Amino acid sequence: MIKVYTSSVIDASADAVWAHSRDFNGMPKWHPAIVESRIEGNWPSDRVGCIRNFQLRDGGTVREQLLTLSDYDYQCTYSILESPMGVDNYTSTLKLTPVTDGNRTFAEWSAEFDTPPGQERKLADSIGQGVFQTGFDSLKSYFGHR
Amino acid sequence: MQRVTRSAVIDAPIERVWEVLRDFNSHDRWHPAVAESHIENGEAPDRVGCVRNFRLRDGVHIREQLIALSDTEHVSTYCILDATVPLQRYVATLQLKPVTDGNRTFWHWQSTFDTPPGREAELVDMVGRGVYEAGFEALRRHLRQGGDRQPRPAAAGITRGGEMTGQAVMLKAFGGSDQLSFDNIAVPAPGPREVRIRQAAAGVNYIDVYIAKGEYRMIEPPAPLGMEAAGTVIDVGSEVHDILPGDRVAYAYGKPGAYATLRTLPADQVVPVPSGIDAETAAAILFKGMTAEYLLHRTHTLRAGETILVHAAAGGVGTFLCQWGKHLGARVIGTVGSDEKARVARDNGCDVPIVSAGYRFADAVKAATHGRGVDVVFDGLGRSAERENYESLASTGHWISYGHATGALPPLDPGLQSAKSLRVSRPVLFHYTDDPVRLRAMAANVFAMLERGVLKVTLRHRFPLSAAAAALDALESRQTTGSIVLFT
Repeated sequence: MIKVYTSSVIDASADAVWAHSRDFNGMPKWHPAIVESRIEGNWPSDRVGCIRNFQLRDGGTVREQLLTLSDYDYQCTYSILESPMGVDNYTSTLKLTPVTDGNRTFAEWSAEFDTPPGQERKLADSIGQGVFQTGFDSLKSYFGHR
Repeated sequence: MQRVTRSAVIDAPIERVWEVLRDFNSHDRWHPAVAESHIENGEAPDRVGCVRNFRLRDGVHIREQLIALSDTEHVSTYCILDATVPLQRYVATLQLKPVTDGNRTFWHWQSTFDTPPGREAELVDMVGRGVYEAGFEALRRHLRQGGDRQPRPAAAGITRGGEMTGQAVMLKAFGGSDQLSFDNIAVPAPGPREVRIRQAAAGVNYIDVYIAKGEYRMIEPPAPLGMEAAGTVIDVGSEVHDILPGDRVAYAYGKPGAYATLRTLPADQVVPVPSGIDAETAAAILFKGMTAEYLLHRTHTLRAGETILVHAAAGGVGTFLCQWGKHLGARVIGTVGSDEKARVARDNGCDVPIVSAGYRFADAVKAATHGRGVDVVFDGLGRSAERENYESLASTGHWISYGHATGALPPLDPGLQSAKSLRVSRPVLFHYTDDPVRLRAMAANVFAMLERGVLKVTLRHRFPLSAAAAALDALESRQTTGSIVLFT
């Protein structure tokens, strides 16, 4: 089991960052690696259990299922059902916490998954940096230019 | 029930913040509201269940019990047992989390409690602003000033007018390892452009043997030995702005004296050590790694497809030249003294290990290059291998003499040099590291290659600092492969 943990500080209130990122179908709006997303079966995107089906910018389809959505804790947990990345048992959590000192947001994005031997480092890098940090950088730049 | 939550981001790595906050009795050293604190019954401040008994500057007296402590989650939970202020059923949890984006720390501090009716606002403000917010600011200041790196005022009186007492391996007179002694030394407070370091480890290099024997006159005994070390900054001079107390640093400095527990030296000779690299690894790699760095990137700019000859290919610098040279796309031919060392060299990227006796290798080098010879010789051997190195070089090749294991290389006959249009370099590491900007670039390059797994350090030989003589004997016996470090 591999664990990846990435965290950052975003210069906006947790309410604002959550409003921008809570939509399980809204990744194309703020994550540069994701171009197109829909929710399967026409479910609402905040119904726990719904499945988002999205396209990566560099090709490939990913299906992910929403397992937890907490507007109280600013937290979202999901698992991967299908992806081209070669990961198994993948669950991931995005969580925001208010930083009272300066009214900013502490953002954490973590994942646990299995992967074939030899791929650990590469996948940990591409998920921790390529997906999570890239997402944070995009949020930082969005809120940095309010 | 009242709930107070405050959080902040601290510009320091989590390990450093946690080291302060996990100590349940540290608050009188950093929190301005706390006048005096002790742990009851002399118990350890990280023992769950221990009680801290403290007095605030405004006279309030409080007893608090540690009820949970986690080094993995970076959590400390505690409750008030008695207080002269009416905070009832007060339970507080303090948690740290790493901010991986920038190597900082997120600090979350939360409590719940009851108060007598009518005093809610006053007590919520006292806890939230007076304790938590003031605490964030105070800890930032404490870390900036290196307060967490100074001994408790009550601790052993090792400071005297800023001077500290350390231990060092001293060379009493030129000679062998029997001329070493382990003595107390006075380590002065740093001058305006200096830093003082508490050293965790020192690297052992061949140059130390040459210096001890008086072959390189870099010291006059009695004087301490050692060219490289790593540790933590204790204090810095008034004109040093890019290094803070508590920073993890390393150096490979032209003035010997690294075999010591404490050292004061110029700040511009010190480089930061990335958090993923421990002190012993940093001390083992810097001197030899920066030597490989300038040989492959500065004295010569190695290009893919070139063929190089590396001597002592299983030794300290030799191993790095093989690993890094191979990574840059060169064909690496190496000389070694035994079959076992040939295996080590091959494992480190040497394409053609040559087991040579009596410094005879030119025929084998010619055979491995279809008679052409190599583009570059990295010559750490010197005098006894002069002819063989010359024979090994291809036309227009580059002869880089950077060490003299068999004695100094005499000046090359101009006729011989022009017969092959050879380029000859005689570089010295410290000429490259004299420029602080270049030094930092070289060190950063070495640490990056280590983190990427291109350079690999085998720390097979660790000795306590007081056993430096045994470490030098082991190195000189040529029985070792990999790096030798001394730890304090």
